[in-house]
Amino acid sequence: MKEELEKIREECQASLSEAKTEMDVAEIRVRILGRKGSLTQLLKRLGSLPEAERKQIGRRANEIKEKLEARIEQALEDIRERERRESLAKERIDVTLPGRRMDFGRRHPLTQTLDEIVHIFSLLGFEVVEGPEVELDYYNFEALNIPKGHPAREMQATFFISEDVVLRTHTSPVQVRTMEKRRPPVRVICPGVVYRCDSDPTHSPMFHQVEGLLVDRGITFSDLKGVLTVFVHRMFGKETNLRFRPSFFPFTEPSAEIDIECFICGGRGCSVCSNTGWLEILGSGMVDPAVYRFVDYNPEEVTGFAFGMGIERIAMLKFGIHDIRLFYTNDLRFLRQF
Amino acid sequence: MKISLNWLRDYVDIRMEVKDLVNLLTMGGLEVEAAIPTGQGFEKIIVAEIASIRRHPNADRLVLVEAKTGEERFSVVCGATNIREGHRVPLARVGAKLPIGVEIKRSKIRGEVSEGMLCSEIELGMGQDASGIMILNPDAPLGADFGDVIGLKDTILEVSITPNRPDCLCVIGVAREIAALTQQRVKYPPVTLSSQGGEIDEKTSVTILDPDLCPRYVARMIEGVKIGPSPHWLRNRLEKIGIRSINNVVDVTNYAMIEYGQPLHAFDFELLEERRIVVRRARRGEAFTTLDGVKRSLDEEMLMICDGVKPVALAGIMGGLNSEIRAETRTVLLESAYFQPANNRRTSKKLGFETEASYRFGRGVDYGGALTAANRAASLIQEIAGARGVEGVIDAYPKPIRPNPILLDVRNVNRILGTSIPIGQVRTYLEHLELDVREEAEGRLSVTPPSFRGDLEREIDLVEEVARLSGYENIPLTLPQGPPSSEEKGRELILEQKVKDLLVRHGYHEVITYSFTAPHSMNALRLSPGDPRMKCLPILNPLTEDSSVMRTSLIPGLIETARYNLSHKNVNLMIFELKKVYLNIAGERLPRETKYLTGLAMGMDGDPHWACPRRAVDFYDVKGFLEDLFEYLRIKGVAFGRAADVPYLHPGTSSRVLLGKEEIGLLGEIHPQVSSDYGIPGKIFLFEVDFERMGKYAGEESKFRPLPKFPAIHRDLSVVVEDHLEAERVEEAIHLLRQPLIDEVKLFDVYRGHQVPQGKKSFSYRIRYQAGDRTLTDDEVNQYHEKVISRLREIFGAELRG
Repeated sequence: MKEELEKIREECQASLSEAKTEMDVAEIRVRILGRKGSLTQLLKRLGSLPEAERKQIGRRANEIKEKLEARIEQALEDIRERERRESLAKERIDVTLPGRRMDFGRRHPLTQTLDEIVHIFSLLGFEVVEGPEVELDYYNFEALNIPKGHPAREMQATFFISEDVVLRTHTSPVQVRTMEKRRPPVRVICPGVVYRCDSDPTHSPMFHQVEGLLVDRGITFSDLKGVLTVFVHRMFGKETNLRFRPSFFPFTEPSAEIDIECFICGGRGCSVCSNTGWLEILGSGMVDPAVYRFVDYNPEEVTGFAFGMGIERIAMLKFGIHDIRLFYTNDLRFLRQF
Repeated sequence: MKISLNWLRDYVDIRMEVKDLVNLLTMGGLEVEAAIPTGQGFEKIIVAEIASIRRHPNADRLVLVEAKTGEERFSVVCGATNIREGHRVPLARVGAKLPIGVEIKRSKIRGEVSEGMLCSEIELGMGQDASGIMILNPDAPLGADFGDVIGLKDTILEVSITPNRPDCLCVIGVAREIAALTQQRVKYPPVTLSSQGGEIDEKTSVTILDPDLCPRYVARMIEGVKIGPSPHWLRNRLEKIGIRSINNVVDVTNYAMIEYGQPLHAFDFELLEERRIVVRRARRGEAFTTLDGVKRSLDEEMLMICDGVKPVALAGIMGGLNSEIRAETRTVLLESAYFQPANNRRTSKKLGFETEASYRFGRGVDYGGALTAANRAASLIQEIAGARGVEGVIDAYPKPIRPNPILLDVRNVNRILGTSIPIGQVRTYLEHLELDVREEAEGRLSVTPPSFRGDLEREIDLVEEVARLSGYENIPLTLPQGPPSSEEKGRELILEQKVKDLLVRHGYHEVITYSFTAPHSMNALRLSPGDPRMKCLPILNPLTEDSSVMRTSLIPGLIETARYNLSHKNVNLMIFELKKVYLNIAGERLPRETKYLTGLAMGMDGDPHWACPRRAVDFYDVKGFLEDLFEYLRIKGVAFGRAADVPYLHPGTSSRVLLGKEEIGLLGEIHPQVSSDYGIPGKIFLFEVDFERMGKYAGEESKFRPLPKFPAIHRDLSVVVEDHLEAERVEEAIHLLRQPLIDEVKLFDVYRGHQVPQGKKSFSYRIRYQAGDRTLTDDEVNQYHEKVISRLREIFGAELRG
């Protein structure tokens, strides 16, 4: 019986090593361990053995049974694993085929630039206000300390609707309208469309500006520098060098242009910065006391600063666009790039 | 304005590199846009002295010249006859490249060695004089670089002068700025001042009839003038900054203008009738021919310089053809005046031309400097035109202008700048600008500006001067105190950004088109003549006819954009614009400006793709977007009604967007006539929404609703109905059952054809049943579902479809 037992073991192991499928293994299991399986049958016959022999062979038989059961389990697992591998190997796709994409649109590059600027000033506590584009001469010029005949009027080629109505040449009239409506503190920015009768690769008859105004007690030129420095660093990166340079606007004094170091050439001079190493991006200044007179603010009590910038210019610099007219042609091949 | 660095050095020490000077001026408020080196190309041309002249042994018309520079000697073959021993001349050595393109080589001319070339002006590219070798000053240093000696080697600064600083429209003005910024004093050119009156009073007179427009008129007279070309130094200085040399007298007037900023005019005195000057307003319609030969018609607000009989100059703008300096001019009357700036600007604008003179008078010249400039010019004319100055000067100045002192409270300087500059420092800055400063009590200064600083009138003007001189870069950086504005962004802007985000997610590209358009673009929309959109606001001075009115609709701009893109092979288009239109309101000065959201879609719903079948976009694409938009903005109760009467939309495939009775927008296919008028093949779909009207209905942030605790049950339902029945009617009927368990009804199929009789169609719905307090049983749901079916049968005669 002992020999028989070993034979069963050997036979089982041999068959398992040849088994290819789960079915094969199941068959082996039935043949050996099933109700009529050879090992089961053998175990049943144990009772007929003398006691000493029975104990010895019985122990051995149980050992073998456990071992074979484990072997069978292992063989099953191996086969399943192999089958999984084989089936995975069959499920192969071309990962280089293009995916299904959402054909999303784009906001216009000018809107993207404008929104970014607005966002930065929102963080600095500025509120957005808007005003009319077809504007009274009074708001566009007069109340900004640019009376009729002032040379500054000639610097802004103006579209006229009538003698006293113009297409606004800058967003600055919104300053005056806002101050007329509110008492200080005023902390607003005014984005919008403006017009000048000019048309060439760097001038568009319609373009966008953002104007800012902060009037309160104790506002200083150093505040102007601080706020606009934060803006430049947020907009162009905190390593950007900038400078405040004296300039002239009829509605601010002292006035400053803000230049940033040319990021094309790193300040060495190139065609974009006309070899100066600097790019002019912002006009600013302390609100001229003459402007307060028009809105009934007391310049002895409050001070403030205003600033303005052209969105097209900033977008052109940011995106490396050389012809302003591209913004208004709206070629899909252009719009898709942003 | 162009400024020569060499010329500047006459008045101020500049001990720095050009780039530092550029920075100094720019950061001081005079922006230098470019610094251009000139006088290049004179390498190897040096100053040499003629040591000897011998006849050329083999040529009658040539001579052999020995030229020396000290130690070195050069043999040169030369054809000129104007040279003598001891003359100093420009010698181009072997290797020199002349500006006219000739390269000098060692050569043999008729057997004699020539080691260079003596140059005439024309060979040096400096003038027209080819008659002989250019003779230099006897003190020109031997061996020196010719370019340096002649002052050609220079740097021309392109300075941008802001309108408030007319005093800087001259070399001395810029020198003053440099002096102030480097704590120096300007070295003014020595001018001998003549006393009032004298001999000149016997020869002529000046009468100012309109002193409001001409507060001051200075006249000087020079006799025995020989008109001729100017000396090199004068011509060079003018030509380098782009002023053409005319003759010695005119050149001097230009020179003094560039030097002092005072425009001068020289009259041929013999051409002045009655030999006197009268300053008066023109008569209406009076005609006058200016120096440029243009006959101009004047009005009574224009100031004229006249002789005893007729006008001889358009004051402060241009002289007359009838009194200009001629070759035979012997006596010159020199004018140096101060004209009222605003009037001068108006005249110049009315006549449509500007000159160097009017540019300066229009911005304001130095009323105190008229006499100095006249004297300077007179003495230069005497010096270079072999002339004799008539003794004395006429200075007609009926009401001398005196600058008002400005009170400056130094606390205000620091209050506005955010600095703490002490009073002594403020004072020093102002004094460097040649301002007269007196200390008053308690930190106050009384400051009187000089006559050339007409821009300084108020305290704030002085604050700016202090800021400039102390350097903007030295003002600290701070952030403002005080509360932020209560609203972060305007509500409207937030709404705009949300809407644009949604559009972009739907595949729409934003476009921005011009607000002005062609007057006929509204006709293209087939609007009736009475439509308010036909009354576009016209621009008086448009750039082109096609951009001459303000738009009243965004649609033409979008169609134009579509047309542009189609012609560039961008055929699948989804674009939108969210901008203003401008509606003329009768009796109002300003139009009503209101924002519209307008979108356009055409072509296929995407580029061809291996895994996505594509189809043409249609009505339901644009409608779907609007439905999403209203849901996104939480606008409830929007209805879509038919729109058969919109002139630019297809009557059968268009819809109104209604909120109750209010129309907030339109959508649909563009009328085929409109697209064919634009020459666009294929169907175009569009939507337009009155943005402000819609914005009023935008809902609040939504509140969270708890998720259902019990499962929902779905039942599908297909009914066959009359083909003309609108889908919404069916859905309405289901909702009118007011069955609380019906949670959602969704139409998922519309079918015509096989198994559905002609003239009918099948709608398939998925209905979701949901109870808040229990799990519904099939029996319960079936019961309700039956009710739905019988109701539809009852109302529409609907048949269940197998």
